[in-house]
Amino acid sequence: MIGSGGAESALRKAVKAKKKRTRSRFSIQTVNLLLSLLLPLGLLAVWQIAGMMGRLNPTLLPTPGLIVEEFVALTMSGELFYHLSVSSWRALLGFLLGGGIGLAAGLWVGFSYRAERLIDPSLQMLRTLPHLAVAPLFILWFGFDESSKILLIAKGAFFPLYVNTFLGIRSVDSKLFDVARVLQFSRWQMITKLVLPASLPNVLLGVRLSIGVAWLGLVVAEMMGSSSGIGFLINDARYLMITSVVFVGIIIFAVVGKLTDSLVKLLEKRLLRWQDSYKGEGVS
Amino acid sequence: MAAEMLVVHELNKTFATPSGDVIALNRIGLQVKQGEFITIIGPSGCGKSTLLKIVAGLDTKYEGTVLVNGKPIDGPSIEKGFIFQEPRLFPWLTVEKNIAANLSLRKPEVRKRVDELIALVRLQGFERSYPRELSGGMAQRVAIARALLRSPDILLLDEPFGALDAFTRSHMQEVLLDIWQSNKTTMLFVTHDLDEAVFLGERVVIMNPRPGHIRSILPIDLPYPRKRAGHAFQELRHKVLNEFEKVEGPAVDEGAHI
Ligand SMILES: Nc1ncnc2c1ncn2[C@@H]1O[C@H](COP(=O)(O)OP(=O)(O)OP(=O)(O)O)[C@@H](O)[C@H]1O
Ligand SMILES: [Mg+2]
Repeated sequence: MIGSGGAESALRKAVKAKKKRTRSRFSIQTVNLLLSLLLPLGLLAVWQIAGMMGRLNPTLLPTPGLIVEEFVALTMSGELFYHLSVSSWRALLGFLLGGGIGLAAGLWVGFSYRAERLIDPSLQMLRTLPHLAVAPLFILWFGFDESSKILLIAKGAFFPLYVNTFLGIRSVDSKLFDVARVLQFSRWQMITKLVLPASLPNVLLGVRLSIGVAWLGLVVAEMMGSSSGIGFLINDARYLMITSVVFVGIIIFAVVGKLTDSLVKLLEKRLLRWQDSYKGEGVS
Repeated sequence: MAAEMLVVHELNKTFATPSGDVIALNRIGLQVKQGEFITIIGPSGCGKSTLLKIVAGLDTKYEGTVLVNGKPIDGPSIEKGFIFQEPRLFPWLTVEKNIAANLSLRKPEVRKRVDELIALVRLQGFERSYPRELSGGMAQRVAIARALLRSPDILLLDEPFGALDAFTRSHMQEVLLDIWQSNKTTMLFVTHDLDEAVFLGERVVIMNPRPGHIRSILPIDLPYPRKRAGHAFQELRHKVLNEFEKVEGPAVDEGAHI
């Protein structure tokens, strides 16, 4: 009796200690968040104060307050939403086109050694061509209208998905292949039940990188010449020396880029629940 | 007399490596009858896994003759079940889906058999767990259930119980003997453990390394179920052990029981 009572209270203590630990970890997270915000917030404060004291040239560096005002004005007039939706539409179309073809090509080349020898060397050569170098050519071929922009974005979105899908398929554990052979998987089952799930982590990484590159391609495409979109907004404001609008545009690019990235990451987390990989703990 | 299920004759296997050729198997000869229980024992690197993979049809680059049911092997088939040395589960599938693999759990007969096997390998409550949540021994039991679901005619087992604790191990040995006796499955069972080899096998094949060859084949004329503590068992165990002492160095896991 006494023994079991002692054990029980020890257990209770342990539970309490565990609660305490989770609470303290939570507060550490809060402290970390606050710490990480300290520098940018401080910088913003200094920036705002210096601007208000007239130490900064407002055409080069408008104060944060001014930028927020501009943001509100652009939102109210509906301009921001219009340009953002045009840009998003372009990025989406370009991503779907380039990423879709990249995924298909990656699957094809991944499954066929002959296809690899046939097209991979040429694709690898094209991969190194920078956006800025091919943009003039695209404009010459397709004019200033939508197609040249979307194709430029598609060109960027193609490669990350192509390379990572290819890599994912080729890195399927050959030991699992042996298992599938012993269990007499059909060819179709080999693909759908082994190769595709095994290469999913790589494919999703490809999706993330492709979306990132699609945004980059978008900026280049819209800056090269267009009459709508966030890139146009930035370029036009720069021409008219309205620096606060340039800032708003840059911030929009950053925020939307981050948001889409987080979205894919969330998808990754759901689809790759089974994965047992290093989470970055234990090594300081 | 039952028919020869497996005939291995003058089997040689050489691996070409950058540092030269490695002779993994040298003139292996073995005949196994339908429904026989063969255990293969030998030190690490003597070619046990290599032999099993050739019989399974996973490795077709060899010299010599290997016949299953009188026919040369042309690749893996469902009649030849294989339990690998490691669990080799699909990490993206839960325990029950790993066991079913390419069979659909929506089919009532598959569902029923999978549930029975999960109970048999004592993994109730883990049906929906992913392999990363299992211990090594639990994962290996999933792999065993996966092979048993296909009710193969010949079961090739590569140190299947190596990762299990003593209790689970002896439970799984009983399970295997049950299946063998009720299904008349031909068993080719590789082990490191002298005790296990003598406990399970009707014949023990003793292999030696460099190059991998069969040193001798000892019949174990003991009725099942066998008693490890019995005098006859211990005598046979010593006989197998003696075969090893003729070669230098620590050959096999002697086990903790003497
Ligand atoms: N793929 C390979 N390439 C080259 N050499 C190999 C290969 N597989 C096995 N070998 C060699 O063949 C020999 C036998 O290997 P095998 O895996 O059959 O041994 P084993 O008896 O199963 O050993 P263990 O008990 O440690 O599992 C070893 O010397 C090994 O180095
Ligand atoms: Mg082995």
